[in-house]
Amino acid sequence: MMPAFIFVCSITLLLQFFVSYCRSLIAASARQPLSREVQDVTGIQKNASGEDFPRVIQLLHLCPESPDDRTRIRAVGAYFGMLNFVRSTVARLMPSLRSWTEFERAQCAYFAAVTLERRIAFSRDMLAQQMDG
Amino acid sequence: MVCALKKGAFRRYLFLNVYMAASVLVSIGRYEVLSHSGFESSAYRYFYYYSDSVLTILLYFALTSLYAHVFGELKANRFVRLGAVILLAGTAVFSYAVVQQYNSRMLTHFVVELSQNLYFVGLVLTYLLWAAIMKMRETRAQLVQLVLALGVYFSLFAATYALRNLYPSQSSVFLSLLQMFGLVLPIAWAYAFWRLSMDERIAPARLAMVPR
Repeated sequence: MMPAFIFVCSITLLLQFFVSYCRSLIAASARQPLSREVQDVTGIQKNASGEDFPRVIQLLHLCPESPDDRTRIRAVGAYFGMLNFVRSTVARLMPSLRSWTEFERAQCAYFAAVTLERRIAFSRDMLAQQMDG
Repeated sequence: MVCALKKGAFRRYLFLNVYMAASVLVSIGRYEVLSHSGFESSAYRYFYYYSDSVLTILLYFALTSLYAHVFGELKANRFVRLGAVILLAGTAVFSYAVVQQYNSRMLTHFVVELSQNLYFVGLVLTYLLWAAIMKMRETRAQLVQLVLALGVYFSLFAATYALRNLYPSQSSVFLSLLQMFGLVLPIAWAYAFWRLSMDERIAPARLAMVPR
């Protein structure tokens, strides 16, 4: 009985902490504007939509990985997967939850676009260093 | 630890770095015992559980130091320290009461029980700290991320230990999961130290599951 109680409490709090942690990762990117170039590539002009996320992630995979964003992308990817699950199950019955998941999915897509921007800059730096060398 | 040193946050978050240094030493020790005695040996098992208990206690004090950061301005550090010691003693007494039924290897059972209970106590305390951060509108992004990462870590461990107690026959599967989850804290803390400056601010109300 006691382990079952601990398990339920832990999973509930895990969900709470995981969502807040992912939102703290995303929050920093929400303030950064996208360059014209990334806007053209991703098709995200000002506001992203959740549907953009898989496409932007595909573009991200085309760029050389930078070591410091790999873990963040995985965490936000897992968060996006969780949002998709909520959207296709519980959110069908609750309109307020549906709009919340849509907003969060869009934030994930914007985060991915900002990360793409950083990776492009990182790749350019690497190329410039190679040219200099 | 290296990230904290490079970014000048080593002394500021001393207990967190002491815990990280201890976990590196313990990992080296475990590897030594594992390579000499093997995975199934009692030497490895003893070393694993006893060192895990020491690490959990250190992590508990690291959590207490985060409380001191949040409540620092209220000059409540003495009360935080006192409360932490009393709670640790209470958890130890409770763990002893649970393992009293065992006639043999009581100390080993006690160490394992204490460790598991501390993960759950740590989880509850981290949640209370998170609630305090929201209530007091703490804005230091680095501190907020350190606390949230600790919350994810404690909840993963507490949930896995609970599952292991529910299904003891699958113990080895859960032990493997624990090894994997062990990576969460060093990665998340390294990111918080490396990428976030000490001046960076965040509105915690934006991070809540239910918008405030």
